[in-house]
Amino acid sequence: MKKRVMRALQFLVAPAIAAVIMLSMGASTDASRVSNLSQQLMCVCGCNEILGNCNHESCPDSPVMLAELRKDVGKGMSDQAVFKAFQAEYGATVLAAPMLTRFNVVAWVMPPLLLVLGIIGVMALVRKWRLRSAPVPAPANVQHFDQLRDRIRKETDL
Amino acid sequence: MPTFGSFALLLALALSAYNLLAGGIALRQLATGRRGRISPEKLAETARRAGIASFVAVSCAAFALVWAAFTNDFSVSYILHHSNRALAAPYKFAALWSGQEGSLLLWAWLLAGYGFVVRLRHKVDVKLSAYASTILAAVQVFFLMVVNFAAPPFALVQGAVPADGFGLNPLLQYPEMVIHPPMLYLGYVGFSVPFAFALGALMMRYPGEKWIHITRRWTMVTWLFLTCGIFLGMHWAYEVLGWGGYWGWDPVENASLMPWIAGTAFLHSVMMQEKRGMMKSWNVWLIFSTFMLSILGTLLTRSGLVSSVHAFAQSSIGTWFWVFLVIVMAVCLFTYILQRDHLKSDHKLEALVSRESSFLFNNVVLLAACFTVLWGTLFPVLSEFVQGNKVTVSAPFYDRVAVPIGLFLLFLTGIGPLLAWRSTSLRSIRKNFIVPAAVGAAFGVAVMFAGVHPWVIFQGETGPFYSWVTFVLAAAVTTAIASEFLRGARVIQRHTGKNLFAAVVQLTRRNTRRYGGYLVHFGVVVIFVGFAGSAFNQSKEAELNYKQSMTVGPYQLQCLDYSEDTNPNYDTEYALLNVYRDGKFITQLDPSKRFYEASQQVSTIVANRSTPLWDLYVIYAGKDDQTGQPIIRAFLNPLVMWIWIGVIIVALGTLLALVPNSQPTSAVERGSRQSEHELAPARKAGV
Repeated sequence: MKKRVMRALQFLVAPAIAAVIMLSMGASTDASRVSNLSQQLMCVCGCNEILGNCNHESCPDSPVMLAELRKDVGKGMSDQAVFKAFQAEYGATVLAAPMLTRFNVVAWVMPPLLLVLGIIGVMALVRKWRLRSAPVPAPANVQHFDQLRDRIRKETDL
Repeated sequence: MPTFGSFALLLALALSAYNLLAGGIALRQLATGRRGRISPEKLAETARRAGIASFVAVSCAAFALVWAAFTNDFSVSYILHHSNRALAAPYKFAALWSGQEGSLLLWAWLLAGYGFVVRLRHKVDVKLSAYASTILAAVQVFFLMVVNFAAPPFALVQGAVPADGFGLNPLLQYPEMVIHPPMLYLGYVGFSVPFAFALGALMMRYPGEKWIHITRRWTMVTWLFLTCGIFLGMHWAYEVLGWGGYWGWDPVENASLMPWIAGTAFLHSVMMQEKRGMMKSWNVWLIFSTFMLSILGTLLTRSGLVSSVHAFAQSSIGTWFWVFLVIVMAVCLFTYILQRDHLKSDHKLEALVSRESSFLFNNVVLLAACFTVLWGTLFPVLSEFVQGNKVTVSAPFYDRVAVPIGLFLLFLTGIGPLLAWRSTSLRSIRKNFIVPAAVGAAFGVAVMFAGVHPWVIFQGETGPFYSWVTFVLAAAVTTAIASEFLRGARVIQRHTGKNLFAAVVQLTRRNTRRYGGYLVHFGVVVIFVGFAGSAFNQSKEAELNYKQSMTVGPYQLQCLDYSEDTNPNYDTEYALLNVYRDGKFITQLDPSKRFYEASQQVSTIVANRSTPLWDLYVIYAGKDDQTGQPIIRAFLNPLVMWIWIGVIIVALGTLLALVPNSQPTSAVERGSRQSEHELAPARKAGV
């Protein structure tokens, strides 16, 4: 009975979730694409700001770059194609984050790799220590209860 | 005054060098048992006094620079470049840290100040304080050498002295800039103290964990300063830079974040050493790393090695910092290798699911976060070295890599305190976790109905997904923290009959450190909620004539007027906007742009209407060249206020954790108190 209810629920819930996902997956507008892409590019005037955030007075580059970006998006170019076009024109530093090519892959891989290795390391360490530690015999005669309680409190209290 | 300042700096250097040499000789004599013509105790005392005097000398130098700013002494090159006659008095004071030389002088002064307190309170532990004082003197010698020879703040102008200065960078002419840099430096510099104590304790093979007790307050206060400094900087960036955000992952920002993360890891893992005598080597290296990261951050940002939006980033003092960093690393490594047998753990981990292991995981994740920031900051340099061309590593990289790590940390914030020390049973996990997990899940569904759609991640939009995860975790962690308070308070309620609020207060006062810590965790949760709002930022730009309006979110902005104004320091262009919501008048905003005469620079003055739900953040972007009408950029930034509220909670939690417990929690203390009570009548009787 329980299994049957679960299966029925699966049949009802799965299409509902799928429908919501499909409905929400409409094509985003050009304006929002330009806005998103402008956050992935750098202004090249030397201000070291993200293109979409560059707001300094009379910037010689950001209006030109934003116009180019609007043009590229209007042409229906994909994000990758836009990035490649900008990279070809302004150099690799125009991309606010390195692309997944050659050595740049290292930039993306290292932090999660270190995290995973760290977690595995902690788990291995705990396992090693557990295997080594001998069982502690229970105290046969507790005469100084206060001292023992104090020790427990010291060791267990934050 | 410049001569006086230069002399004071040289004197401070001489005094610090004496402190280092005499202190070093005295400690060597004490360690080996050999005695010279002067007893080591006397020599150490003279070293301590020299250290105290060095603070007076650096204070005089700092005073001389501020005096030069207030008296418009433009013969001093630093004052010429960072001040002008029309500059308001508070900003003249802030000129002390507005540029490279002044900020290094501030660093040296604060370091001498911290050293002054350590040397004054030397009776806490005379020998350990002597070691710490000598190590601090070594750091002081370095910074005083830098300000004396590499970046002298009192260098004089060559040729004729100009009648007026070039003025302070307009971006720095903001009230928060008067307190943000000192706070930040108090944080950076403050980590020198636990570093000095840790290195000193290791050098002298200090028995037990007393050095941790001595430095706990130092570390917490320092961490609090750094936290406040970082968030004040964020608030300044938000209110002054006018791009609608508060954190740009600039190398200078990253430089402040790295020691903060390492310091946070130290604050957590040090508890394991205090309570169970574990992770001694780890803790020593954590505090070494925290100190070295402070120096490395300064090196990265001031040497011009990495590009930054901050003005003081380009200079030639990098070599000095490289040499210092290598020396510090060598001393730490040498001392550690020599004394590593002293750092053996008293206990070992007994279970994977325990409070201890949660601390370990917390440390691993914090260090992964620290590495991510360091890696992202250094990768452009590495890329240039390996590939021959520089790449940019900015916000999109950190958003994708650092945000998931941050969320994992938020998750650990919730589960860590619910785990028992040594080992946690499955039953206990089920009992403690079921309510927070259920609340988190329910909240997740609720926010989905409210419009946060995590499934847009399938469209490549990660922001709403991460926001949704943040809201779920925030609800779960808050429930976990609240349940910790309630569980303890109910026990007190049962025993005392007090109401719940009074019981919570009593519970907190009994163990301020524990519940202060929970409050800090809650503050962090609130900050994360504030961050989560950024996924839903909206912005709009429009040119507005009189009576014209624009709409952003639920607000209508109507241009009432636009005009210009002038004063001796700057000219202003501004727009006056009436804000309506559903046709009802809400407020009036006046975003403006200032043109500073002395520095010939422009600054944006943001008009911000902040509410718990969102900020209406309006910028005067300039005038259209053809029409002469103002261009208004309006942002709707959700939940930003919660970031600042969260920081206040974190600060309150830290301050609470610094307050001593109202009642002794230890049985021995209770026992001794009881004995005192029992002995009182006998004492009264004169026995």
